[in-house]
Amino acid sequence: MTVNLLPPAPAEEATPPDRHQAAPLQPAQKRKAHRSPLAYFLVAPAALAELLVHIIPMVLGVWIAFITLNQLSIANWVNAPFVGLRNFVTALDPSSPIAGQLYGALGRTLLFTVIVVAIAWSMGMLGAVLLTSSFKGRGILRTLFLVPYALPSYVGTIAWAFMFNQRDGAINRFLVDDLGILQDRPFWLLGGNSFWAIVIVTAWQFWPFAFLMLLAALQNIPGDVYEAASLDGASLWKQFTQITLPMVKPANAVLLLIMSLWIFNQFNVPYVLFGPASPEQATLISPLIYQQSFNNWNFGLGGAMSVMLLIVLLIASAFYIRMVLPKGQHDD
Amino acid sequence: MNTKKFRWVAALAVGVVAAGSMTACSADGGSDGGDKTITYWASNQAPTVERDAEVLQESIDRYTEETGVKVDLEVIPWSDLYNRILTAVSSGEGPDVLNIGNTWAVSLQSSGAFVPWEGDALEAIGGQDRFVQSSFATGGAEGQAPTSVPLYGLAYSLYYNTAMFEAAGITEPPATWEEFVEDAKKLTIDTDGDGQIDQWGVTMAGSSISNNAHQAFVRGLQNGGELYNEDGEPDFGNDGVVAGVKEWVDLMAVDKVVSPSDAESVNGSDMAATFADGQAAMFFDQAPTDNLKSRDFTDYAAAPVPMESADATGLEGTQSHVAGINISVFENSDDKDAAIDFVKHLTSDDEQKYLNESFGALPVVTAAYDDPAFQSEAIKLKQVTLADHAQPMPLYPSEGQMETLVGTAIKDLLASAAQGQSVSEDDVKSALEDAASQMSSGQ
Repeated sequence: MTVNLLPPAPAEEATPPDRHQAAPLQPAQKRKAHRSPLAYFLVAPAALAELLVHIIPMVLGVWIAFITLNQLSIANWVNAPFVGLRNFVTALDPSSPIAGQLYGALGRTLLFTVIVVAIAWSMGMLGAVLLTSSFKGRGILRTLFLVPYALPSYVGTIAWAFMFNQRDGAINRFLVDDLGILQDRPFWLLGGNSFWAIVIVTAWQFWPFAFLMLLAALQNIPGDVYEAASLDGASLWKQFTQITLPMVKPANAVLLLIMSLWIFNQFNVPYVLFGPASPEQATLISPLIYQQSFNNWNFGLGGAMSVMLLIVLLIASAFYIRMVLPKGQHDD
Repeated sequence: MNTKKFRWVAALAVGVVAAGSMTACSADGGSDGGDKTITYWASNQAPTVERDAEVLQESIDRYTEETGVKVDLEVIPWSDLYNRILTAVSSGEGPDVLNIGNTWAVSLQSSGAFVPWEGDALEAIGGQDRFVQSSFATGGAEGQAPTSVPLYGLAYSLYYNTAMFEAAGITEPPATWEEFVEDAKKLTIDTDGDGQIDQWGVTMAGSSISNNAHQAFVRGLQNGGELYNEDGEPDFGNDGVVAGVKEWVDLMAVDKVVSPSDAESVNGSDMAATFADGQAAMFFDQAPTDNLKSRDFTDYAAAPVPMESADATGLEGTQSHVAGINISVFENSDDKDAAIDFVKHLTSDDEQKYLNESFGALPVVTAAYDDPAFQSEAIKLKQVTLADHAQPMPLYPSEGQMETLVGTAIKDLLASAAQGQSVSEDDVKSALEDAASQMSSGQ
């Protein structure tokens, strides 16, 4: 009998969510019946703004990918010649130097994203863990850590550009003149090192964001969980891997997605460091699209590259959201 | 949604979606109310944009006094000017009057966004004959009404430090490229004995796209190579251009007379700074006098750009492109008459004297040359260069792209040289051919 009695209990417990769902439905249906023009009127400004700021530019951007838009057609771009998929073919045709640049930039941007996200996340996590426990001067440190994020991106990057200068930048002065680690002054804004220059500056810029998000997540973990763990003799590392990481997983999942998307689309840092044309070894995908569009006056090709980038990022994001992000029942 | 708004949104789309970033511009053109106001985008000619604004404001004040029309002035740095113009062209919202680099004239002409200078408009500014003809010819493609008229005339010269020449026992500026390299080697020395070279023979702005493109053009022609073939197709990889570009890159890679640090230098004005600091003995530039003066530097003289042989003539005797700044009126201007009138003011004899003297440039109207301000050796030298040893940059609509692609290719070659890699003739050729093929795929 007991066996028979038990199953209904979970079934009973399972009902509340249904009730929850059912409850808001009724007023909604009521409202539907009474929907007045006022509702449309109130929503209209937001809808119009969304249309103007997001939808129309995006549709136009996609359209640009299918036309020849250069200096001949830009003044009268509404009538620019339609070329179908030609821009896409040019961008993807393995025999053309443009496609070579695109594939190179895609691979490089992927690598760049992985490295920067790894550095920014690690530094953010370290900072957040250190600053969760209270000690004197914690407030000051927290504020200080946020400076790179609070500073306008251009300002910070211009300062880095000065520091990276080969002849008299602070970095070479420090490495060569003060420490004497290096004999010759290396170039940071040319050649292979330029890749590491954008990695350093971008990681510097993004780690406070990771720090901020993780700090918020860490503060939601009840302290007694750690107390219990230390009573059981768990080491700090064990506490980190067994408690901290699993508990911040939902925040982490979102943080990694957002950071990856932002960093994948990185434009400001290379533009300020290198000007309109990045060195080949540091050409990321967004600056490449800019180069094709604005330096070479080939907006159609730039548009095609943008559309492909959009598709790649959409697929990757959709995949990631399905696989990693917390499922729907936690959403509310 | 009205058409204007629609176009504006589209300009936004070009910026945001196609490029992932945007260089926005929203200059109100036209007049409002009783006071007539036109907008003017000026290029950066002086050592700072503030100085430009000062010089121009004086001229504008005279114009406003004369006509009652106010001019809203914005001086735009070279790094932004091209993009600002492009955005203005695509949105149809731009200034009434604007300066352009004269090498962009044909590219911008083909956009159809600028008022052609013919008929009444040309008559209003006094007709073609007033202008220096080689400068006027840069205003647009051959056989079409130009969409820009010259404003400032410029040409490349060789600037050299006279004290350093004397110390090295060099009595005359080099006339041939061979002599130039030889002198540069003599001038590249370690003055304080610490084992590091601190005085270089030559300085260049290795990351300046336009400077690099100009050198490709001039050095290419001297070596018998043109950037476009007879059919107007890009042909950057021909032997003459390759040889010319190789000479340029070799200054750093092989002759070692240019500091590797120069590969990072983005602005042409960096050269004048290096030169005035005594870190380099020679450089090629168009109008550095104002910049050098602002640094209180006077120990220098100017000479013609060296050629392959001292008596070269025709294309092989090219020492400069017909450099300069042109001025255009925007087709969408709400007040074209006032805009044309303002161009007339800036190209008048008196203003030409004032402006070009202030900026160390050459007047573009012949009458202004009588002025004593333009009788100096340096100005005479540039006049001779423009008359006998200058060619216009290729007058094709794709000239703008050519400058970017060739200039960037040379920037990358110099970057390799700066990092100690050798740059062979094949490297130069393949870099230039890559640039050419990128250009044809964009057409």
